[in-house]
Amino acid sequence: MKTVSTLLCLLCVSVPVLASDDAAVPPPEPYCQWEMVNYSIPEPLCGLKGDAANGQKVVLDSARGNCLACHQLPVDGVEAYGTIAPPLAGIANRLGEAQLRLRVVDSRHLNPNSIMPGFYRDPSLINRPAAKYAGRTFLSAQNVEDVIAYLETLK
Amino acid sequence: MIKLTARAWAGGLILVLASVVGADQAIKSGYEYIKPETQLMQDDDIENPGFIAVEEGRELFNRMPDSGKSCASCHGEGGAKLDVKNLARYPVYDKALGGIVRLEDRIRNCEEKQANTEALPYYDHNLLALETFVRNLAKEEPVNVQTDGEMEPLLKKGDEIYHTRYGLIDMSCAHCHDMYPGQYIRGQRISQGKGNGFPAYRLDTGEMANLDLRIKQCLTLMRAEPFAPDAEESKLLETYIMAHSNGLKIETPAVRY
Repeated sequence: MKTVSTLLCLLCVSVPVLASDDAAVPPPEPYCQWEMVNYSIPEPLCGLKGDAANGQKVVLDSARGNCLACHQLPVDGVEAYGTIAPPLAGIANRLGEAQLRLRVVDSRHLNPNSIMPGFYRDPSLINRPAAKYAGRTFLSAQNVEDVIAYLETLK
Repeated sequence: MIKLTARAWAGGLILVLASVVGADQAIKSGYEYIKPETQLMQDDDIENPGFIAVEEGRELFNRMPDSGKSCASCHGEGGAKLDVKNLARYPVYDKALGGIVRLEDRIRNCEEKQANTEALPYYDHNLLALETFVRNLAKEEPVNVQTDGEMEPLLKKGDEIYHTRYGLIDMSCAHCHDMYPGQYIRGQRISQGKGNGFPAYRLDTGEMANLDLRIKQCLTLMRAEPFAPDAEESKLLETYIMAHSNGLKIETPAVRY
């Protein structure tokens, strides 16, 4: 009997906690399917239009794009950056918008052993995500488009 | 003559490339990848914050619990009777317990079965201190994990986990620690992910971490669901990493980012 009441008590405590967690984190957006054509993705994700200024914010934000973890970027005032991946200065001279999109969305299609995370990889392909990330993409479709719009300015 | 020069150039280039590519292939302690000032901090027993854990651990080791049996009751005051060569073999395969036993598992098992006390929870401050103290007794001993016999198939399983991608960031241990040691993630240099310095004091968290906790912190960073501390995966992965640290001198308590 004591165990039962303890269990009930635990439920009382845990239910409100769960509920408040749910309130804080919006449910995952529906995943937009995309099509790879000639090693690129010509169509914007979900038909969205990117915003370059917001893209720069996403790129620099360590909780969102966190591009500086691995890449060097031509942004004033940035000192710490990674050396794992190619520097991105002038990237728009080397790759077109559709090619950039595939690389940001899921570069695994170009190199299956790439260390680069897929920022819009199909969530069903993610192995053992932490509970709060289950069913989610690394970046929202809008943020991916914003990042691409920003990368296109790097000429 | 021109041809010869060209060939010499090409040969030289290949040598240079080979040495660059091979530079990080030799097994190296994480010590080789930390900043010089961090190395100095580790080398000085007074500056090294990990020695606080060593001293806390020593006190716990010698302290007599109500059950009337302390660690020192069996292993001598300050662990005088512990065999450092044996400590350097951890994690071990224990036939009686039917699997891999890490140092923290051994301490917990001793607490329950020998000292008749309740085992400290995994990652508990005092358990980390005890593990740090005991491992520090074997400082300078080369890591010497068994790789044959019962361990062989277990290491194969550990190898598989080491090479599996986890979490939203979707990387395996190998992606950073085998492919890019020496390179930088932001301002931090990537090591080969060896275990000889652990338990180590982490500058990032300001706390001690044993290898299992360090792996958990990595997996959390990968936005993955970490393995439970006593899960088989945790034991297999730690054993794989420690076996691949064989030959490196134990540095506990190391200072790491």
